[in-house]
Amino acid sequence: MAHIHFTPEDSAQPPSLFPPYASTVARSPKHPLIRIPQTLTEITGPAGTWDQLMGPAVADLTRQHAAEPIGQRIAISGRVLDENRRPVANTVIEIWQCNAAGRYIHAKDQWDAPIDPNFTGAGRVITDADGAYRFTTIRPGAYPWGNHHNAWRPSHIHLSLLGPAFATRLVTQLYFPDDPLIEIDAIANAVPLEARARMVARFDIATTQPNYALGYLFDIVLRGQAATPFETDHE
Amino acid sequence: MSNANPLGREQPAPRHDNQAPETFGQTPWQTVGPFFHYALPWKGGADLLGASDLGARPDLFPPAHDLLHATTPRPPIAGEAIEIRGHVLDAAGAPVIDAMIEIWQANATGRYASPADPRTDLPLTEGFRGFGRSATSATGEYVFKTIRPGRVPGPGNTLQAPHIAIGVFGRGLLKRLITRLYFAGDPANTDDPILDLVPPPRRHTLIAHQANGHWQFDIHLQGKSETVFFDI
Repeated sequence: MAHIHFTPEDSAQPPSLFPPYASTVARSPKHPLIRIPQTLTEITGPAGTWDQLMGPAVADLTRQHAAEPIGQRIAISGRVLDENRRPVANTVIEIWQCNAAGRYIHAKDQWDAPIDPNFTGAGRVITDADGAYRFTTIRPGAYPWGNHHNAWRPSHIHLSLLGPAFATRLVTQLYFPDDPLIEIDAIANAVPLEARARMVARFDIATTQPNYALGYLFDIVLRGQAATPFETDHE
Repeated sequence: MSNANPLGREQPAPRHDNQAPETFGQTPWQTVGPFFHYALPWKGGADLLGASDLGARPDLFPPAHDLLHATTPRPPIAGEAIEIRGHVLDAAGAPVIDAMIEIWQANATGRYASPADPRTDLPLTEGFRGFGRSATSATGEYVFKTIRPGRVPGPGNTLQAPHIAIGVFGRGLLKRLITRLYFAGDPANTDDPILDLVPPPRRHTLIAHQANGHWQFDIHLQGKSETVFFDI
C-alpha cells in the first residue's frame, strides 16, 4: 500500500477553544485530541469525484439572477498549493459570502441590511493543472454580530476546499487588505498574529480587469505530503 | 504575483499579506459560521445511495437562491444499506442546530473511491463515492443513508474494523473536529488499531448502536460524554 503521509497542522491553525469567540466555549472539546496514524482512511478522499457530488463550476457570482447585484465588482484569483509549493490541480473550492450591504441570504440572518434579490453569494471553482483558480463576485460588506458589544465582522469570503485527501480538508475565510475590523475580529484573531496575514488578500492591478472588476490575489496552502520512514525520496 | 505599479514609480513598503513570501505556510482554518446552508450542504448530499434529497436545509433560504447542487440519479448501490442518525450536542447537552457533518468511507468491499487507494484489485461500486454531507436539523440531528463499509488496511499488517470517518463543522467550531464511527457488535472492533489508541473508558463514544432500524451515533462536542476527537 502507498505510504502517503501529510505534514501535521502548523502553528497557523487556531485552537478549538478561543474564548473571545464566545461560541467556542461550549462547543470545543475539553479532552486533548488523540493523535492517530494516517491510515488509508485519512490519506484518501473524494478528490476525483467532486463533480459527481457537487456539479460543475459556478465561477461568476454576479450572473446568477435576472440582473446584476449591487456592489463593487471584484475578481479573486490565486493558486491552491501544498506546503511543498506543488500545485493542487483539479480540486474544488466552494465559495459563499454575504451581499454588499453585509446581509446573508439566510433565514437566520436577522440584521436589517437590505437583501439583494440578484445576489445569492454562493459559487464553486475548480483549480486547473497549475492549481490556479479565478472567480468574480461583489465585495461583501461588513456586518454586526452578537459576539460582544459592538462586534463587527470584517468583510470576508468563506472558502471550503477538499484537497486530495480526508486529511487535507480546509475551510477558511478571505479578508481584504487595509480593513480595520480584522484586528478587532474574534474569529480572525483566533489565528496567531504571524499567520493572520495569510488570510488577507492582496489588491493586484494585473488581476484587475480594466473597466470591469478590481482584482485580488489569494493563494491557498493545504497540508503537504511528507516523506515517511517507509518511502524513499522521489519527486 | 504581480506587483507592478502602472505609474512606473517605486513601490511602498512591502505588504504583510497572503502574497508576502515570509507568510507562506498552511492557510489557517476559520469557522463555517452559521450561514453556510445555501452553499455547502446539498439535496441528496446525505444519501449516498442516491434515493432522496436528504442532507440540505432548503427551509433556511429562498428557493430562488438554491443554485449550486442537483441530485444525480444513480444505480442501486451494492452492500448492506444502513441509516445513521445522531444529534450534535454542546457542553450543556443542548442541540447544535447550525452544525454540518461530513462522512468519508469505503464501499462494501473496503475500497475507497479515491485515486489514492492503490488496491485496484478490489472493485469500485458504480455510483458510490463514499462522501456525504448533512446539515443538522432544527433539533440538531443529522441523518445519513449509506452502506456498511468493508474493512480496510491499518498501519503495518493490521486490518481496521469497519468504520466511517467523520468531520464536524459549525458555528463556534474554528476548525473541523474529526472522529470515527464504529459499529457495535462487530467482532473486528476488539483488535482495531485505532480504537486501541483510545483509553478504554472513552471508546464507547465511537460506537454506534442499533435502534429502531437505524444506527444511533450522537456527537458530544463537550461534556460528560464528550466524543473522542482525533488529531490526524
